[in-house]
Amino acid sequence: MKFSDFISREAIRANLRAEDKEGVIREMTQALLEAGRIATDEYESIVKAILKREELGSTGIGRGVAVPHTKHPSVDRLVGTVAVSDSGVDFHSLDGEKVELLFLLISPPDRPGDHLRALENISRQLRDDTFCRFLKQAKTAVDVTTLLDEADGNQVGS
Amino acid sequence: MEVSTYRRVVTIVNPNGLHARPADQMVKVASQYKCRIEICKGHERVDGRSIISLLTLAAEQGTELVIEAEGEDAQSAVEALAELIAHQFHEAHEE
Repeated sequence: MKFSDFISREAIRANLRAEDKEGVIREMTQALLEAGRIATDEYESIVKAILKREELGSTGIGRGVAVPHTKHPSVDRLVGTVAVSDSGVDFHSLDGEKVELLFLLISPPDRPGDHLRALENISRQLRDDTFCRFLKQAKTAVDVTTLLDEADGNQVGS
Repeated sequence: MEVSTYRRVVTIVNPNGLHARPADQMVKVASQYKCRIEICKGHERVDGRSIISLLTLAAEQGTELVIEAEGEDAQSAVEALAELIAHQFHEAHEE
């Protein structure tokens, strides 16, 4: 699964304004709403579900990255976005580091495979230090999409 | 000095597979031990203490993995991880 299969380009935010966990989750979900990927009346329900999932255990997976996510019945396919925080956000990550790069994923309830493959793609790319670093340094959404497209292009098969 | 290596074949049973939360739990368990721990899927071999590496396996329900540990507490480590996986990472409600 490539980034282009699940990342909504119009919802990419290269300079998050919020500085706390709930704030960035709201901001990223708002971005998806503005991009037309989620419904207005589902916004609050989705945010609450993502926050609830965080309570079960931080999605800060290390290396300054977090993957907040939820299943939600209002989407019929995996919907995602990516955002960068210049100041870093405390996500209570296992490694104690602040999070500067976030991938938010909303998946349909009955397709765990899609979510897993998105995580696979994200984690595989993150093993590349350069990719990780450049993404965190991205200043605009175009910077981000350029990096994601390059990563997609470098994939062998899918 | 002989160093013991222990291996166990396990199957991922929970419906959502090895996603972020189970990977996180595996790392928490693995970090309690001193031995080298690696998780293998087919030809892939990853560090059992790295969440990001575990996620690259994209292990769905039904996937067979091999837990391999080498060192003084290898046997306990393998057993603890195998138990965690067999108990579906204690996922009572599917997220």
